[in-house]
Amino acid sequence: MTVSRPWRVSLRVAALGYLALLLLIPICVVFYRTFEHGVGAVFDSVTTPQAVSAFWLTITVTAIAVPLNTIFGVLCALALARGRFRGKAILNAIIDLPFAISPVVVGLALILVCGAGGWLDGLPFQVIFSVPGIVFATIFISVPFVVREVTPVLMEVGDEQEQAAATLGASRWQAFWRITLPSIRWGVAYGIVLSVARCIGEFGAVSVVSGKISGETITLTLLVEQRFQNFDLAGAYAASALLAVIALGTLLAMTRINPRRDDA
Amino acid sequence: MRRPAGRPGALGLGISTLWLSLIVLLPLAAVVVRSTDGGLDTFWNAVSSRQAVSALRFTVEVSLLSTLINAFSGTLIAWVLVRDEFRGKRIVNALIDLPFALPTIVAGLTLLALYGPTSPVGINAAFTQTAVLMALLFVTLPFVIRSVQPVLIELDKEMEEAAVSLGASSPAVFRRIILPNLVPAILSGAALAFARAIGEFGSIVLLSGNIPFQTQVASVFIFKNIESDNPIGAAAVAVVLMLISLVILVGIRALGRWGARHDR
Repeated sequence: MTVSRPWRVSLRVAALGYLALLLLIPICVVFYRTFEHGVGAVFDSVTTPQAVSAFWLTITVTAIAVPLNTIFGVLCALALARGRFRGKAILNAIIDLPFAISPVVVGLALILVCGAGGWLDGLPFQVIFSVPGIVFATIFISVPFVVREVTPVLMEVGDEQEQAAATLGASRWQAFWRITLPSIRWGVAYGIVLSVARCIGEFGAVSVVSGKISGETITLTLLVEQRFQNFDLAGAYAASALLAVIALGTLLAMTRINPRRDDA
Repeated sequence: MRRPAGRPGALGLGISTLWLSLIVLLPLAAVVVRSTDGGLDTFWNAVSSRQAVSALRFTVEVSLLSTLINAFSGTLIAWVLVRDEFRGKRIVNALIDLPFALPTIVAGLTLLALYGPTSPVGINAAFTQTAVLMALLFVTLPFVIRSVQPVLIELDKEMEEAAVSLGASSPAVFRRIILPNLVPAILSGAALAFARAIGEFGSIVLLSGNIPFQTQVASVFIFKNIESDNPIGAAAVAVVLMLISLVILVGIRALGRWGARHDR
């Protein structure tokens, strides 16, 4: 559009100003506050036994949730893109549910299923106020990502090559590993990156089911809240900065492997 | 004859359905069913208590306001990112996704660092309705931008040039040509943002101060009810939240169909 220069500049200033006030300046303040007492203090703060245990719990939970949801995501995307069956629209809608449900409600749902008096109250291991609850909550909230990234890629590549492979005698496994998977690998990778970021950053659902037992069921995000509530502001900032660095890494990975840019 | 390779058999679809049923549907069904554990009266009392009504009302109002503001500023930012050229545009474009990548608890702490009691600029909005609004503006920022951007890129410039050659002013071109083409994308982005806003928890929990009848939102209200060992009451309010989400999800699908028709 031919916009006169003053207009263009003032629109640009308005847009960038809004982003600065809402995003950039607050992030910079957090990093400034984190490091105002020196790098050493931050390092000490993120290497306390509590912080280390929170870090490993977050990693463990993510390492369980993401692979499971990746396998499910690829299977489900194949069914959605290639299958013809009744109830496809319903399946599609159910996959989006975790995006639309409040994280607190997810946690509540798990308590109502696995907690005292719940439908599955007789499980041989404790779920609520324990690590399995955190794992279930994290799996729930990260269900849609891989499906949503892989389905459009599968639709776009079509199935001619797979059919050609089949006529040449390839088994379904061979066709999947040699043809389907290589053609969707960037979509899968993108979905995994989004899932990892979401799993590491999940707070609400985990907060409800964790019971917040220090050194046992505290994840990194819960550590931020716990430190904040214990008036350890510097410690909360340090843990936040660690999470923010992970988020920035995610952004970098996202711009690198954006599948929509891959075919351009 | 062997079935074509790569096609999901009944097995893939079966695993997907089982996974979704166990992870997503069973817990959500538990919320709906168990919300009436104490009878319909208890359900109604929980939903219609003054505090619950006030929390739900504030949640819907502040979500609508944040959606409105971000629909406007998101369209502006998308326009600047697509049609304007300036240094550092790619970095700004990558930064837009930061609210998706940053854990919500960190987002809350970040806003608190700049606009809270320890603010370096002397603005203290902590524990006010404004703080809740800002948290929602932060976490829902990317939705409208990411939904409008691709449409704006695809938009045919010839139409605009024709309008200008016929003597239309810049505002007229925007109002008569650009905006009508963007409306479906703005609406679907706004609907996603609204759905996210009404369930938001992590970014609000530190900022709102959870003052009943003032800054208490529905998700925090549910959380407090779980903490005070009233999961059934929490479930009743959760069902109302889920109903609102459901209406929005259905609305988005209808919008999508409408947008698709609009394209042709």
